[in-house]
Amino acid sequence: MMRMPWFGWQSPATIAEAAKILAGEGPQAMLIAGGTDLVPNMKRRHQTPATLVSLRRVAELRKIANGAGLTLGAGLTLTEIVDSAAVREKYRGFWQAAAQVASPHLRNMGTLGGNLCLDTRCTYYNQSLEWRKAIDYCLKKDGETCWVATASKRCVAVSSTDSAPALISLGAKVKLVSAQGEREVAVADLYKNDGIDYLVRKPEEILTEVVLPDAQGWRSTYWKLRRRGSFDFPVLGVAAAVKLAADGTVEQARLALGAVASRPFLVDKGGEFLKGRKLTDEAIAEAGAIVASRAKPMDNTDLDLYWRKDVVGSFVGHALREIRGDDMRAMRMRIARQAL
Amino acid sequence: MNAPAKPREKTRFDTIGKPRRRVDGRAKAIGQTRFADDLVLPRMLHAKLLRSPHPHAIVESIDVSRAQAQRGVHLVLTGAEFPVPYGIMPVSQDEHPLARERVRYVGDPVAAVIAVDEQMATEALQLIDVKYRKLPTVASPEEGLAKPEPRIHDYGERGNIHRNQSYEFGDVEEALARSDHVFEDLFFYEGNTHLPMEQQASLASVEGDGKLLLQSSTQNPHYLHRQLARVLQVPAAHVRVIATPNGGGFGGKCDPGNHEFVVAKAALMLGRPVKICLTREEVFYQHRGRHPVLMKVRTGVSNDGRLTAMHLQTLLDGGAYGSHGPASTFYTGVLTPVTYELPRFKFEACRVFTNKPACGPKRGHGTPQPRFGQEVQLDKIAERLKLDPAEMRLRMVTQPDSLTASWLHVGSTGLAECIRKVVEMSGWKERRGKLGAGRGLGLACSTYMCGAGVSIYWNKMPHSAVQILLDRSGQVTVYCGATEIGQGSDDVLAGLVAESLGIDPGWVRCVTGDTGITPIDLGSYSSRVTIMMGNAALQAAGRLRDTLAAAAAEALDTLPDRVIFSQDRVFAAQDAGKTMSFIEAIALAEAKFGTLAAVGSYAPPKPPGRYKGAGVGPSPAYSFSACVVETEVDEHTGWVTVPKIWIAHDIGRALNPVLARGQVIGGVYMGLGEALMEEQAFRRLPPKLSSALVHRNPSMLDYKSLTSLDMPEVEVALIEYPDPNCPYGAKEVGQGPLLPVMPALANAIHDAVGVRIDEIPITPDKVLRALEKKEKGEAPRVGPESFPSVPYPAPTFVLPPWEGGDGNELKGQEGRKAA
Amino acid sequence: MSAVPDRVHATLRVNGEDQQVSFAPYKTLLEVLREDLNLTGTKHGCELGECGACAVLVDGEPLLSCLELAVQCEGRDIQTIEGLAKGTELHPLQAAFADHGGSQCGYCTSGMVMTAKALLDKEPAPSRERIREALAGNLCRCTGYQQIWESVESAAKALREGKR
Repeated sequence: MMRMPWFGWQSPATIAEAAKILAGEGPQAMLIAGGTDLVPNMKRRHQTPATLVSLRRVAELRKIANGAGLTLGAGLTLTEIVDSAAVREKYRGFWQAAAQVASPHLRNMGTLGGNLCLDTRCTYYNQSLEWRKAIDYCLKKDGETCWVATASKRCVAVSSTDSAPALISLGAKVKLVSAQGEREVAVADLYKNDGIDYLVRKPEEILTEVVLPDAQGWRSTYWKLRRRGSFDFPVLGVAAAVKLAADGTVEQARLALGAVASRPFLVDKGGEFLKGRKLTDEAIAEAGAIVASRAKPMDNTDLDLYWRKDVVGSFVGHALREIRGDDMRAMRMRIARQAL
Repeated sequence: MNAPAKPREKTRFDTIGKPRRRVDGRAKAIGQTRFADDLVLPRMLHAKLLRSPHPHAIVESIDVSRAQAQRGVHLVLTGAEFPVPYGIMPVSQDEHPLARERVRYVGDPVAAVIAVDEQMATEALQLIDVKYRKLPTVASPEEGLAKPEPRIHDYGERGNIHRNQSYEFGDVEEALARSDHVFEDLFFYEGNTHLPMEQQASLASVEGDGKLLLQSSTQNPHYLHRQLARVLQVPAAHVRVIATPNGGGFGGKCDPGNHEFVVAKAALMLGRPVKICLTREEVFYQHRGRHPVLMKVRTGVSNDGRLTAMHLQTLLDGGAYGSHGPASTFYTGVLTPVTYELPRFKFEACRVFTNKPACGPKRGHGTPQPRFGQEVQLDKIAERLKLDPAEMRLRMVTQPDSLTASWLHVGSTGLAECIRKVVEMSGWKERRGKLGAGRGLGLACSTYMCGAGVSIYWNKMPHSAVQILLDRSGQVTVYCGATEIGQGSDDVLAGLVAESLGIDPGWVRCVTGDTGITPIDLGSYSSRVTIMMGNAALQAAGRLRDTLAAAAAEALDTLPDRVIFSQDRVFAAQDAGKTMSFIEAIALAEAKFGTLAAVGSYAPPKPPGRYKGAGVGPSPAYSFSACVVETEVDEHTGWVTVPKIWIAHDIGRALNPVLARGQVIGGVYMGLGEALMEEQAFRRLPPKLSSALVHRNPSMLDYKSLTSLDMPEVEVALIEYPDPNCPYGAKEVGQGPLLPVMPALANAIHDAVGVRIDEIPITPDKVLRALEKKEKGEAPRVGPESFPSVPYPAPTFVLPPWEGGDGNELKGQEGRKAA
Repeated sequence: MSAVPDRVHATLRVNGEDQQVSFAPYKTLLEVLREDLNLTGTKHGCELGECGACAVLVDGEPLLSCLELAVQCEGRDIQTIEGLAKGTELHPLQAAFADHGGSQCGYCTSGMVMTAKALLDKEPAPSRERIREALAGNLCRCTGYQQIWESVESAAKALREGKR
């Protein structure tokens, strides 16, 4: 049986207490919430923190607050996000993203904050210690070479969070709290395109909540590509949020991609292109081409990388057609294998 | 003394054919079934294996002193403790429990630690210092053919060729030359693995009498027993193997595993129980799964769509060890002629060693690959000749009680009925070609053996034996070495005995898979259990019935052959009022004859082929299947979905229809997974920087198997033409229904979007590439482009039955010319 | 740095009974159930959250016991396959899995049954689609799932008809 390494254990009851522990223990301490990312990683010895600081008992992390927008505690499970009527009705793309993370059990355990902070993934990295020894390790952990791109000085492990691209398209922010204070960061600015140092969050900071802006007038959607209808991380995530005028003209549009780089990111040019246009087939195709040109999948996850790039335009098309109001249920069923 | 008259055979059944809770269903549903890793013994220690990080290397030295000194460590073992090699087949004894001089793939075990708990054992593995000298590696059979040195093994045909063979039944070139059409196609079938839910686990202990007991998740306790005695050099009578219920096998637990010898040795050395459970990653290294096979198929066809001859060439990627390879090599061809009339057949096969985990038997053992090639090629033939693929097949199915060109005897066959049934169920005639853009239907057929006609080691003894003990309480205890791997072998055993004795299966207690208690059964492989165990069980039960009838007849005022067994009672045939309970009949018989027990055994009939090599392929009976797959293909992305599958399976008779249907759907599921996504794939790092050759996806996340959301509905028809060689007519169902699914999907994709994917798995990138070729006006096909030059030997030439042959080889060119 | 103890002592509420248990702190709930409480009905297929064989109910929700640290489980209501039957009377889900082919090798059965129980507790009459979605985190290699869906449907019907 795969087993965890030895670790110390702390279980604070408040954010302040947790922040204080992190400040005291330094980088050898790690936060654990649902554990669905960290526990497998620890079993494979990717991370071997001396201390685990559990956020389970921190009630503040589990609030849902309505205001102008919606504030969601980072400790809410993905199932709780999916069960939230406010999320489902106002932030459809985010709801669809959350509903497609991993599997039902993993959504029952995994948290919103955990999905946003998900470790980057790579088929040369997400392996046991023994396997990684057989390739003399890799740049991301214990080695010197990136086996995906041997000339690369940067780790190209892929961002695999579903919720982040959706939240980026919706203009959401997160709150980061440490013993020194707190700050707000747009989800779009939370990530760096570096497979190792992929978050702007500092080790002593706790991601405590996600703040969604008012969504009046916006329509959003998320299309996830993965091999199976369950379990699999995305090999492409297309999130779109569009504000349409009464006549169907695009007032604002934000298109974001996931799983095609070490970070999820906004394709500004795609949104700018759509602004002032109607969602005609031609405009959708052009937007698809613009967005596709920004996707840089690598050979470090499931499915053929050239194919993954080839289909980005089609997935942008599915997203924008759904926003236009086309009946995409049959296509959704074929891709996601469930109604969303 | 005259033999007592036999009671008449049943014409109506109480148990057989009726849906019934399987005998082990309750224990499984409440979590009470004890799988190997669920077993715990007092003072039990835990073992872990140190595995090679190198794909090919000489082990120069191993220093275990630091590990040995570690707290909690009781024993460290290396190859030095295991001088005797093993291997499932007598001709490929090429493995050692722990490597002695050489490691041959990443994951090859080199040392073992036995410690107080798994955590301590795992930590101590890191303290073993092994010095390796790296060797050049072979990653594919093409490379193995091109690079005879260094040899991965110092035995085999030559260089890195493990097995190389050629058979020709009638002059194939001559037949091809006079055929109206000759179709030549290349196909590739990627390797994949069993992925049983249960990871292999074994618990070894020394029993009170000082003898070794190994409780293990094995499909073949008998073969394991023999190998344990050999490798550990202890008398076989001092070894007992209990096959614990397997949490799925699919062929993956047929070979003896390194871990089994290690814990057995450790238990004997320490006098304490030692358990091991492989991690999921290690299960991928134990492998023994589907061989990657490259195929070249040349088939002659007449204008009306009849086959004239076929020349099949296969090239197998064997991995690092022999395993079942010699048999696997045969199976990439021998069953090919069983489905359709094929006047002449030539079959060449070559298995090459590579530095990857050993391939072996997986559900369908060696036959899904050529079946895929043949059935896709038939679809191409039908297309070219403008024939309906179903009609074309119907016209050439093999006939009952016939011989193939290769001298296999086909007994009963329901293939034609299977085809007609799936055509009807799927609406083939009405719907095919009319489903609209991107949607299609594809059909394919297959066959499988009901047990291999020859044992893995040569002997003239029974393949299966059953002993039944009747207790005066009414309890019927049935002993058999057969192994429950989830397929329902215990249920088959209980059901057959219950039917034969006319009692409820609830009276029957099965004691199975225990080489210390139960009579021989060779194991759960080659779909042999229902037929061989079943025939043995019916023989034993029949003998008991004779005894009971002889005792009861007098009391019932009738003749022994007029005694009927039914509904837990014994009746006089002519007067149902004359009756007694089954227990009363036992009491009479026990009083008259003494303790009531009987044995039965079974050996398959002698096959008609007499040439060397004719032992692989014969079977007492063959099952047949036909399948239609419906698919939707997105023309922009190549994304493939399968909304529905119909399958008809010629099972002879369904003993318990719930289980039979479950086996069919389960086979379809596994076939569809192979067709769409399952791949045992490897990565070789850039050779200038690294010699690594690693499994690409050794986890349940990365090795893709269909989830509940990915599996379509399957509509099943069981075709029941009872086979006279089989118990109550029941043929196999565990493997056959997997076989037609892959080609049916490929054919459906062609029907949907007009492209040919001549390669398994059919992934969306391949479909999109083929669609792009079609768009550009190129041949709309993705698949292998060339077949390497393989130094196949001169063929063993045998004349087909209809050309005056006698089943023997015709030696040399002279004999051939004379023919 | 916090000191790492050799053992931790906890009271776990398993199948309605408080169990005093002492275990190495690195252990997951799966390891404690199987190794320290001898509740081996809960299986393991990957220990990385990739198969669902180890699913148990924690506070009524199906979770993967291989990823749940045992130290986090104190005070929570844990239900395993062993606690499902009422005496010798099977839960309708267990009876249905045994009768309708939902269980072949039986290795995924515990996780399947517990997950299905959580579904039926919330939705007494789920559609086939809902059943497929709810069980999407439980791999099975034997059945092709269809007889599992049918077993759940049969059990749901039995439960609705008050067979328990």
